[in-house]
Amino acid sequence: MRSSKIGYLIKEGFRSIATHGFMSFASVTIIVACLVIMGSFTLIAVNIGSMLDGLEAENQVVAYVEETFTEEEARALQPEIEYISNVRLCRFVPRQQAMEEFATQFEDQTLFQDVDASILRDRYIIYLNDISLMEQTQADLYNIIGIANVQAHLGVAQGFVAVRNVVSAVSLILVVVLVVVSVFIMSNTVKLATLSRREEIAIMKMVGASNWFIRFPFVVEGLVLGLLGAIIAFLLEWGVYDIVADRIMSGLIGRLVTVIPFAHLSPIVLPVYLGVGLAVGVFGSTIAIRNYLQV
Amino acid sequence: MVLFDNVSMTYPGGDVRAIDDMSFAIDDGEFVFLVGPSGSGKTSIIKLITGEVRADEGELNVNGFDLRRIRRGRLPALRRTIGVIFQDFRLIDDMTVYDNVAFAMHVVGATNREIRRRVPYVLDLVGLSGREKRFPREVSGGEQQRVAVARAIVNSPQLLIADEPTGNLDPARSLELMLLMDRINDNEMGTTVLVVTHEKELVNSFSKRVVAIEDGRVISDGMDGYYSYEIQ
Repeated sequence: MRSSKIGYLIKEGFRSIATHGFMSFASVTIIVACLVIMGSFTLIAVNIGSMLDGLEAENQVVAYVEETFTEEEARALQPEIEYISNVRLCRFVPRQQAMEEFATQFEDQTLFQDVDASILRDRYIIYLNDISLMEQTQADLYNIIGIANVQAHLGVAQGFVAVRNVVSAVSLILVVVLVVVSVFIMSNTVKLATLSRREEIAIMKMVGASNWFIRFPFVVEGLVLGLLGAIIAFLLEWGVYDIVADRIMSGLIGRLVTVIPFAHLSPIVLPVYLGVGLAVGVFGSTIAIRNYLQV
Repeated sequence: MVLFDNVSMTYPGGDVRAIDDMSFAIDDGEFVFLVGPSGSGKTSIIKLITGEVRADEGELNVNGFDLRRIRRGRLPALRRTIGVIFQDFRLIDDMTVYDNVAFAMHVVGATNREIRRRVPYVLDLVGLSGREKRFPREVSGGEQQRVAVARAIVNSPQLLIADEPTGNLDPARSLELMLLMDRINDNEMGTTVLVVTHEKELVNSFSKRVVAIEDGRVISDGMDGYYSYEIQ
């Protein structure tokens, strides 16, 4: 195909956008609305997930070493602990240090001046990869000879896991429902748009246009509208996200939670928006005219 | 060349034959009127010729294409050998007169230079010089029909089909249009012309072959150019 012909078909795509201004506007608006709504729910889920990640990472297990073990013997247990697959990090805390850390919790440090550190045990502060496996990891730690006791907040861990599961399930359901609704609205909009073009397509067929020749301007149109919708949705999402994030971070709740900056999310959000916008625009327009090409 | 040889066709879901064992031939360069009452099968004949519907029985050949066996992908090639004019003009409203005609040349892969040379010539041929930049809504009904004629002939088709082309025109414009079609057939391009109509006076004012059909069958085929069949 000659480049002049491709140029003509691209021009036809743009002409079509301009001459069907209202339908073009409606298509872009719907792409923007769908992307912003789905994107917002996804970003909320991502932020909740990130907060849970932070809280989970701080959730530690403490393994106490037998009192009879010397510090050297206690330190020798570290490789065995690290060998457990769910252990992300483990830090040895000798008795003396444990006492000092304990004492720092009180304003009057002199209270513990005469207390011998030997009343405490050497210990390991352990951070896990997956807190849902905390109970199993606790059992694994008990299997190590020299570990006398393991303090694990199983209730808290189960709470985190439950919250994460609920958040994941709710966001998944919402996104699926919104995708279905968006596709339905989008396909109806495109159908409406192509219904008004049925005559034009019939004329093209009548003068001997190939399906490819007819489809190309529609693809160009879908591509441009999809891209436009995606870019507008991205900018809108960015603006709204920043406003909401500022409100949250400047309020009381900002002391408890951290909102991921949009700049960290945009390298993922932008390509996803562009991909979804293009896919919806191009597939929507080509699928919608498919029935009219069968003549 | 159009050849209907014992052609029958029933629309999907229908129980009556729209075309019933029909046979006739139109030679290259002929001018033929196809007449008949509503529902007689005139539109079905056009749809068969343009490959919009397929015959169930018989042999059907148009401009060298065997339409009983043609693949769907070859239909655009068939249609490029045919120009069609409709009663309702079927112009693209948001294209100018020039673009409506040029568009048909883009479809067949003509170069921009060919288009720039050919379109003004054809518009001049149909008497539309100076109307190039107007939109269909900005010209009269007669002029719109001439745009449709220009679009139909711009690729020099072997066969020109006009489906009730004068239905929306007054008698004077109708006569003008038929004279133009006659010119296209006779002098300018030697194109085969098939005009579907029920306008008796118009048909009888030309000495052309008249094929009359009813209930999907040919009931008369006269070379005397007289529309003797009475439409019900």
